[in-house]
Amino acid sequence: MLKDLVNPTNFNLMVGKLGDVLIKAFDMPLGYAINWGRIWSLWPVHLETACCSVEFGAASGPRYDVERFGIIEAFGSLRQCDLIVVQGTVTRKMAPRLRMVYDQMPEPKYVIAMGACAITGGLYIDSYNVLPGIDGIVPVDVYVPGCPPRPETLIQGCMLLQEKIKRSKIR
Amino acid sequence: MTSKDVPTERSNGELINNQGTSIDSKTVDESSNKVKDVGNAQSSISTRESGALSTKPEQDIINKIVARYGNNVEVLYVRPSRMKIRVLPENMISIAGFIKENFGFDHAESVSGTDYPKDNQIEVVYHIGSYTVEELIPKILALSTRTNRDEPRLPSLISIFPSVEYHERETYEMIGAYFEGHPRMERFLLPEDWADIPPLRKDFRIKGR
Amino acid sequence: MTDFEQKVDETMKMGLQIVKETEEDRLMTLSVGPQHPGSGHFRFTVKVDGDYIVYCDPDPGYVHRGEEKMSEYRNFIQNIPHLERPVIHDSNNITYSYSLAVEELVNIEVPRRGQYIRALASELNRQVYTLYWLAIYGIFLGHSTMFMWPTGDRELFIDLLEALTGARVTHAFNIPGGVRNDIPEGFKDRCLRQIAYFEKRLVEYEDIFYNNPLFRQRTEGVGTLSKEDAIRLGVTGSVVRASGVPFDVRKVEPYDIYNEIDFKVQYMKSGDSFARSMVPFFDMRESCHIMRQLLDKMPPTGEVRTKLQPNPKGPAGESYKRVESGRGALGYYIISDGSPKPYRVKISVGSFRNMLALPFLLIGSKLGDMPSIYWSLNYWPVEADR
Repeated sequence: MLKDLVNPTNFNLMVGKLGDVLIKAFDMPLGYAINWGRIWSLWPVHLETACCSVEFGAASGPRYDVERFGIIEAFGSLRQCDLIVVQGTVTRKMAPRLRMVYDQMPEPKYVIAMGACAITGGLYIDSYNVLPGIDGIVPVDVYVPGCPPRPETLIQGCMLLQEKIKRSKIR
Repeated sequence: MTSKDVPTERSNGELINNQGTSIDSKTVDESSNKVKDVGNAQSSISTRESGALSTKPEQDIINKIVARYGNNVEVLYVRPSRMKIRVLPENMISIAGFIKENFGFDHAESVSGTDYPKDNQIEVVYHIGSYTVEELIPKILALSTRTNRDEPRLPSLISIFPSVEYHERETYEMIGAYFEGHPRMERFLLPEDWADIPPLRKDFRIKGR
Repeated sequence: MTDFEQKVDETMKMGLQIVKETEEDRLMTLSVGPQHPGSGHFRFTVKVDGDYIVYCDPDPGYVHRGEEKMSEYRNFIQNIPHLERPVIHDSNNITYSYSLAVEELVNIEVPRRGQYIRALASELNRQVYTLYWLAIYGIFLGHSTMFMWPTGDRELFIDLLEALTGARVTHAFNIPGGVRNDIPEGFKDRCLRQIAYFEKRLVEYEDIFYNNPLFRQRTEGVGTLSKEDAIRLGVTGSVVRASGVPFDVRKVEPYDIYNEIDFKVQYMKSGDSFARSMVPFFDMRESCHIMRQLLDKMPPTGEVRTKLQPNPKGPAGESYKRVESGRGALGYYIISDGSPKPYRVKISVGSFRNMLALPFLLIGSKLGDMPSIYWSLNYWPVEADR
């Protein structure tokens, strides 16, 4: 009977099933734990642009407290942030600098496009100096519409981002 | 002068100076007729703003300027708290020095350039105000000049009013007028790689419109 | 000298020669770039020699959206939404000045109740702006309570504005001809209660923020702008009032119904950073008095707007009107050629004029004083770039 068990096909099957069992035991909880840590400590880069920065400031205030989600505006360097909220209009002069800021952030990083100007150019679509949306420069994860979006909308956008991170595989 | 509420300097679309003769300088042309004065109908609105109907102090100032410079100055309008005169580019610096010393105007609020492609000219207007002389604080004197559109060169007023430094740089890049004597005539607000014509010219069309 | 002293002398001369540095080595160029923990996109380059700044060059334009060009393609009413975005938290004042200029061109008059409501909205916006300015000052100085408290109090004023106009920050409330709608019921009592609460709060602000020894040390005597320099550079707003010139457009050239309101111009004489921080605070207190008088004297009934034709236009002409906004005298120069779209719109903003004082004050001061000088000049990059 031992000879039956230890022939090649059966052995492969047994190892395969053991691998599955090990993955279910360790990989998924580990991934869940790592994602849990990432979700509840998204630190945004301080990149205030034109108008939407006012609502972002209000969102960090005591009424729409975004710090309870772990989103603290880290006044330190941008080398320790993992979220960039592009608030408002990006002009042609600012676009290379936005890319430089994005490149300097460590992986994994996420981008939220806040406001109509960051999504498609918004009210300033026919201005000579405004980019029609930031899709061409940085890959965007969540779009938050509004002009400017209310702080509650921004918080809902952050929660959508959290859902997206929960479902992603750890890299 | 007449005893009308808001004496205008315009009648039948012709430009006249205080002596009553029409000026025949090179800057008179048809487009200036478009900048007509809506003075008479406005006295009701002006009362609630400044509380003074008469324009005697403004008229005094204008009289003194015209007495000194005669035909070189064209008075466009005299309204409550607002006066506008037009001079030739060559006389700008001396007239600016005159109003600074004699009346006490000491800073420029804004410098704006306008493009008139139909007359092939560019107009630059300096709005000049005062912080020191009590009677002049609410008033603004608009000093304007016109120059050729293809080769717009003007003297810079930075030696007389140092507050025009950044305004002239912005006017240079937006409309193309070059101010001679300015220490740093470069682009200011536009991107570094701007390779198009100055944006506020009328032949620069926004995309799609 | 003795042998020993001679030897010491020679050694010291050798040491100094080895470590000799050239002039250029001493200077370091810092680029306070467009992304910095402040507000808005504004870059300026400074060259420092040790701890002292020797050269400063501002580089605006990162938020230049071309407002003046866009205004030529829209008619007078369509211009309101995009013209209120340069100063989004003070939006009622920038459209107030535009409406005054257009009313002069189109030659209409606004009913009295509309004028009172306009002035009330303008004063509310002034409070909102100054509280936001104070909050960002807290971020600059690293004082987090100074960020949290004004942001919280600001929300109460924004609630009032939301009840009045329908939106939190971008109101589009002032239009040429008056205001869009009348005030709702119960607004007057709410407003009076809020003003009473806020006046008590201002006493607390003064104790905690301004009587703070650290704040005083960081701002007193720093970046002094004398009266002659302020006049020569042509600065405006709270900067010129902090240097001894009592210039407030609401007092020297009253527009609408400001000649019926009794208030004093707040100014200080010292001209340093501390004075520039105190003048907006005094302005807020004075603004509470003004709002009480406005609510008292408002006519109880009446129209709030003069109805205009769909495409309003007036005879060809030009007009220059200015208004006291949170940052200074905001002027509009509009040229019209008889068509429903303006021919040229020029906005003269307080931030652009105050920018001239930045290199003037920074050169010669220490690098550590840079945040307090920069932010006390009341510079908002979006407005300066338009």
